[in-house]
Amino acid sequence: MHNHALTPSGTLTGGPPHGTVISAENLTKTYGDVAAVDSISFTVPAGESFGLLGPNGAGKSTTMKMIGGVTRRTSGRLSIMGLDPDTHGPEVRAHLGVVPQQDNLDEELRVRDNLLVYGRYFGLPMSYLRPKADELLEFAQLTDKAKSKVDALSGGMKRRLTIARSLINEPRILLLDEPTTGLDPQARHILWDRLFRLKEQGVTLILTTHYMDEAEQLCDRLIVVDKGRIMAEGSPAQLIRGHSTREVVELRFGSERNATIGSQLEGIGERLEVLPDRVLVYAHDGESALEQVSARGLRPLTSLVRRSSLEDVFLRLTGRSLVD
Amino acid sequence: MHAHAPEVSAARARRWGAFYYAEQVLRVMKGYSWSILMYSVGQPVAYLFAMGVGLATLVDSGNAAFGGVSYLAFIAPALLVSAAVMTAANEFTFPVMDGFKWRRIYYGPHASPLAPQQIAAGQIMAVTLRLLLQSAIYFGAVALFGASPSGWGWAGILVATLTGLAFGLPLMAYSASITEDKGQFALVMRFIVMPLFLFSGTFFPLENLPVAVRWVGWISPIWHGTELGRVLSFGYREPLLLTVLHAAVLSGLAVLGWILTRRRFVLRMGR
Repeated sequence: MHNHALTPSGTLTGGPPHGTVISAENLTKTYGDVAAVDSISFTVPAGESFGLLGPNGAGKSTTMKMIGGVTRRTSGRLSIMGLDPDTHGPEVRAHLGVVPQQDNLDEELRVRDNLLVYGRYFGLPMSYLRPKADELLEFAQLTDKAKSKVDALSGGMKRRLTIARSLINEPRILLLDEPTTGLDPQARHILWDRLFRLKEQGVTLILTTHYMDEAEQLCDRLIVVDKGRIMAEGSPAQLIRGHSTREVVELRFGSERNATIGSQLEGIGERLEVLPDRVLVYAHDGESALEQVSARGLRPLTSLVRRSSLEDVFLRLTGRSLVD
Repeated sequence: MHAHAPEVSAARARRWGAFYYAEQVLRVMKGYSWSILMYSVGQPVAYLFAMGVGLATLVDSGNAAFGGVSYLAFIAPALLVSAAVMTAANEFTFPVMDGFKWRRIYYGPHASPLAPQQIAAGQIMAVTLRLLLQSAIYFGAVALFGASPSGWGWAGILVATLTGLAFGLPLMAYSASITEDKGQFALVMRFIVMPLFLFSGTFFPLENLPVAVRWVGWISPIWHGTELGRVLSFGYREPLLLTVLHAAVLSGLAVLGWILTRRRFVLRMGR
């Protein structure tokens, strides 16, 4: 993989501030009466890993499609490398690598041919594509599968091939829509490692996820999205600091008692969250909060003290869990 | 070696995008080129032998209704055209559904600099090439059977390809509009392709049918293609105006189908 200097296109009008690769202003997309994306604004500087965190149906994918220049916005402003995707679709898409939520590899072609064919869509010559395809197969750890048919690959391998395919044009911006959904933990870690390498090479990553651990692993900065709106914005650490306590005590009293026990826990920690399957006590010192629970003679079936996560941030902001 | 600049990619895609996608479709076809070849050779040989040699012994060859030629020469243009229509009916249905719905193949190139209308055009171009190749092989078999008396018979290759598009492109527009597979394509094959094949003046002149069902032939691309093929293949006598009409109907349907397909692709992918 090689790095180019970041050169926004010469055809821009107005031009972005130096180093900004994406800027959205009151970006809105409505389907009928429903606003899938409701007036969101953000900017992404070059080289950043920027995440959209939110539950299914929050408007993340729609936002990605607008950035990707495949869905037209209803209103607002959007600029990718200084270009408007509605008027400069091919130019915008030429700058991007895209990993869609659902793999859409050509299963009738062999693994390596998928890369070659995709490169042709960018008008890239075979003299460039042949060595590049081999390099990307190496990167995606699929060299020994080069001649296999795509349908013989595992889910994780298909995902890695899709990522390799998205890199065929050496994009400086990579869009990843739910990159690890449906993968087993090991496959996810391999994938994260590959994405981390790209980030180290200075590729701007834009990713959506409903996994908080993924957001924490990969994102420098993220927006928490719900119902098409931005609920909060910041680095994972900033968000946790700003919207949650340092630690959380998870208590399980059994599904029947969880709801009723809330009143007996009052006063412990900063805040309580009663969920159907557990009670969360937000406290700066989890252990001492747990001691107070025992001191009141309450005996949870299980208890756990942990650090606050983005899941807690989301719960705080929306009153709902990320994954239903 | 580096990739060229995004600006170059975009400029090339704007200009050559349809060809890039055609290349992809042809690569996929290459994967089953053997069965395409067997189909292209096997089908004409089987039909020509069964209909032209077997059935022809029962049919009064040289009958004036057949334009004064052998029964084999009479049906050969019809078989050539029908084979192209059948192939088009396959190529413009299931692969389109595959592109939009089953394996969502169109959405890969859709994220690249290619535009939806170029994806449609690329697929059309690749299938056109397949139709030309298949029809050329078919015509070769017809010629070997001595069933193309005129020196213009080879033009039947173009007529068959045009007929395939005249039938296939409106069908492609329909395929692109289907969001849920309820077996529509099987119905199209059974209730549209088959009746058109049988009642388009294929095996007997359309005039032999009762007036009440002759309209099937008049609206059928297969009939227009067959009659045009006959004019070229053995100088079938019909008013010049009618010959012009055949060509106009076929071209018109193909162009209309392409426009509708293009619109469908743009609407469906741009949402």
